[in-house]
Amino acid sequence: MAVVNTSRSAKIGSLLRYSALILAAALFLAPFYLLFRNALMSEADLGSPRWHWLPPTWEWGNFSAIFNDPALPMTRSLVNSILISIFQTLGVLIISGLAGYGLARIPYRWSNAVFYLITATLLIPAAVTFVPSFVLVSSLGWISTLRGLIIPGLFQALATFLFRQFFLSFPKEIEEAAFLDGLGYWGTFWRVVVPNSMGFAAAIGTITFIGAWNAFLWPLVIGREQTTWTVQIALSTFLTAQSVNLSQLFAAALVAIAPLLLMFLFLQRWIVEGVERTGMGGD
Amino acid sequence: MTTTPANVEVSAAAAAPTRPPLGARLRGRQNQNLWFWVFVGPFVLGLIIFIYIPILWSIYLSFFESYNTVTPTKFVGIGNYLDMLKDESFRSSLGTFIVFALFIVPTTFALSLLTAILVARTRVMQAFFRSVFFLPTACSYVVAALIWKMSIFSGVRSGAANALLGLIGLDSIPWLSVTKPPWYWLVIVSARLWLQVGFYMILFLAALQRISPTLYEAAAIDGASAWQSFRYITLPQLRPTSAAVLLLLLINAFQAFDEFYNILSSFGTYPPYARPPLVYLYYVALGQGQDFGHGSAGAVILTLVILIAALVFNRFFSFRGDD
Repeated sequence: MAVVNTSRSAKIGSLLRYSALILAAALFLAPFYLLFRNALMSEADLGSPRWHWLPPTWEWGNFSAIFNDPALPMTRSLVNSILISIFQTLGVLIISGLAGYGLARIPYRWSNAVFYLITATLLIPAAVTFVPSFVLVSSLGWISTLRGLIIPGLFQALATFLFRQFFLSFPKEIEEAAFLDGLGYWGTFWRVVVPNSMGFAAAIGTITFIGAWNAFLWPLVIGREQTTWTVQIALSTFLTAQSVNLSQLFAAALVAIAPLLLMFLFLQRWIVEGVERTGMGGD
Repeated sequence: MTTTPANVEVSAAAAAPTRPPLGARLRGRQNQNLWFWVFVGPFVLGLIIFIYIPILWSIYLSFFESYNTVTPTKFVGIGNYLDMLKDESFRSSLGTFIVFALFIVPTTFALSLLTAILVARTRVMQAFFRSVFFLPTACSYVVAALIWKMSIFSGVRSGAANALLGLIGLDSIPWLSVTKPPWYWLVIVSARLWLQVGFYMILFLAALQRISPTLYEAAAIDGASAWQSFRYITLPQLRPTSAAVLLLLLINAFQAFDEFYNILSSFGTYPPYARPPLVYLYYVALGQGQDFGHGSAGAVILTLVILIAALVFNRFFSFRGDD
């Protein structure tokens, strides 16, 4: 394709392509710009009918204000979000990693039947089962507990399915050598397979973390008391119900997406791989 | 590989404490059944407790009158199902989903394919453009709803969209406070577009990179135009990805909840229009009434709808993929 790059029409095409890309990039970045601008505006400037490209006065105090506002449980909800996301990510990696390895590598008479039991749930969209899941969690007495927010999310059929596919393609020779050394399934898994699967685990882990951090419906249904709000629920409560200082709400939103923006900056490679793996899960 | 043998002994002992020593059990093949369940058991147990039991329980509840209780006594047969199917607002929630899907599925598909193709052909700053389009994936629907509702499409003059309209001399539009014309669709669809185009762009990019360059070279030698190589090479090669993306978009549109809830409800109440299925279900099952009977019947109906849609879709695409 590089051969034709010198022709005039290719130059025009390239110009058009870059114009389209730059315009689209500006549109995609605009909401982030608004988020940053609004978070740093004073309440009066944000409410004024005049448009401001930049904050007339930079209101850095918004950030300290949201952590000191007794009505907005910012610290608590951030801690809840961090705990839930970390436990869910580690839990999914361990539980689905083990199950995927067992299904891929340990011969067992009913292995296929178990596999079908797992993949059947892939067909049922998780959000549609929120009513039955709520019924179960409420009868366990887990409403408004971190248990109720974390544990039901630990059993992800898609993650198990993807781990199984991944371990099926894992080079068998390495495992056989470990087996001959007397490591057995458990030792082979933890000492040989896991250290060589970190990239894949990072891909699944980052996607799980993002999903847990941004989850909304389940935390809304289960985390009813203010003490179990995640940061998304805290933001949503003020967005949909109570009146609040708007620029501080934007500051809180900026704080809420900061961990993921950092992840995207430093771990994008794994996130992209995770998207490719989970998005094309069935293939 | 630096783990000490002692660690392995400890963790293995924790997994099956009453068994003979580790080495003896692992060399032979006689304990494969045990090991299978050590690895797979925790997951299967969780799946049964948190997926299978709730679904079965919910099917059970759907045949009972159960307000505020999960152990109902009054059997009503298929009464709840009939109530739901007769319920005007349940049917209109399915209508809302169809309208939403008609907007969001084609636009997301086209835009993510377009951005993928543009990015794939770009040499300079390719990583930058890819990151920019992918970045909104980091945002939650709540944060996007905040930006959309309170900044871009706030009905006031200083809202970004109205400020733009003002620049070209047009009047401000009250985006979310009128239903005729239903501007709120523009708000909701654009928010979801922004959030998910980057995700599907990544899938298309990966698929584009898998297409062998020799196909394009052969086409160029045969004198194919850019449009012809797109139409006869790129599109057919992308078919498996396109089918998967369409199905994902459809299922995700069916499960839409976050942006509807956060953009449209205010002061704790949700307007009577534009309620997609999950929003409707949320208010039936978890609103003041806690009507688990009707809520469960609704969930069963919705699950069946999405299952049948997915199966028909799959059959259609795998059938077409065979030729």
